[in-house]
Amino acid sequence: MAIRVKSPGLLTTVQDTGRLGEYAIGMPPSGAMDVFSYQVGNYLVGNEEGAAGLEITYFGPELEFTEDAVVAVTGAQMPPKINGEEAPTWETLSVEAGDVLTFDYLQNGARSYLAVAGGIDVPVFMHSRSTYTLIGLGGHEGRALGEGDELALGEAGDRSDRVGMAVVEQQIPKYSKETELRVIIGLASYRLTEESMEEFLNTTWTVTPDADRVGYRYKGGELGFVEREQPAGAGADQANVVDFGYPVGSIQVPGGVEPIVLMNDAVTGGGYATIGTVISADRDKLAQTKTNDKTRFRSVDLEEALAAREQRRKQMAEIKEALS
Amino acid sequence: MAKTVKAQMPGTFYRRPDPESDTYVEEGDQVSAGDTVGLIEVMKSFHEVKAGEEGTIARFLVENEEAVDAGQDLLEME
Repeated sequence: MAIRVKSPGLLTTVQDTGRLGEYAIGMPPSGAMDVFSYQVGNYLVGNEEGAAGLEITYFGPELEFTEDAVVAVTGAQMPPKINGEEAPTWETLSVEAGDVLTFDYLQNGARSYLAVAGGIDVPVFMHSRSTYTLIGLGGHEGRALGEGDELALGEAGDRSDRVGMAVVEQQIPKYSKETELRVIIGLASYRLTEESMEEFLNTTWTVTPDADRVGYRYKGGELGFVEREQPAGAGADQANVVDFGYPVGSIQVPGGVEPIVLMNDAVTGGGYATIGTVISADRDKLAQTKTNDKTRFRSVDLEEALAAREQRRKQMAEIKEALS
Repeated sequence: MAKTVKAQMPGTFYRRPDPESDTYVEEGDQVSAGDTVGLIEVMKSFHEVKAGEEGTIARFLVENEEAVDAGQDLLEME
């Protein structure tokens, strides 16, 4: 064993790039909510892409290393400490057997990622080590870490030459209490009245305390749907349509209040009209918003969304190159 | 500097275990280390806020049901 959980924090789970491609059986991808921070962590410690790490939400765990390891903490501004001494984030660190990693209070962002050379070695379930806590599959026993858990690491070899490598300042995301997320309007936006679509895009929404890995719920306005007689197969709520698939990042508005952006652990389909989808390049940023932060949604076209995706891919490739 | 109890995580602060119950503590109450002084709700679960050491509750710095940040002072002790 290599990591002993002395206290688990609020919600610490094993995650990787996710269980993609299983929508047909209703299986959401799970996986790191902020893929950028998670992947850069792997680059820092020299892991293969897709090696499992820990996602740490809102309040950090206390982890004891039972053998020497090479690690990196990326993501939220939640200062890590090794044996009580503050350690840098976005930088490759070495820890020795007996060292204890803790975290100071969260300042900005929502999720920190711990990458460890060799990756967290939990059993692979359906080609992924990601935890899907809602039905208890994947990760460490299908659940968030608990006190006394022990985690094994994959074979890493000597990575001590990586210690001290760091992501350059300009490449480190800055998180704040106000975020703009780009959305593609659709698939069922025709259900919303024109005024309500305008209001959706003009409102500064507040992240509610409910926001989690399943979905981000917002308050701050009320949206109306075009009145109609509901078609056969659709529910009675004007927000209902005949069941269809929900993209990750899609936005639904049950009852016309509190829009919800579905995220990595969400149900894969259902009968709520989705009025838009947060573009994939901005989901990292969404995952770093926390309860009570402010969010605005900006409508973009597919071209801009694809350009943003390409830019993010390039940025990650540049960081990987610089750290190789 | 006055001793304080801080929020460990961001969320909504509550002074009572449920809407029908009495508050956990009032200003002027004596508490011991480990006593629950409130709750924080986040991600659909509730987490107890405990006093770190013994003392008297001097005053609350946040209202019931107020949004709090991680590390925010919730109450002062003396």
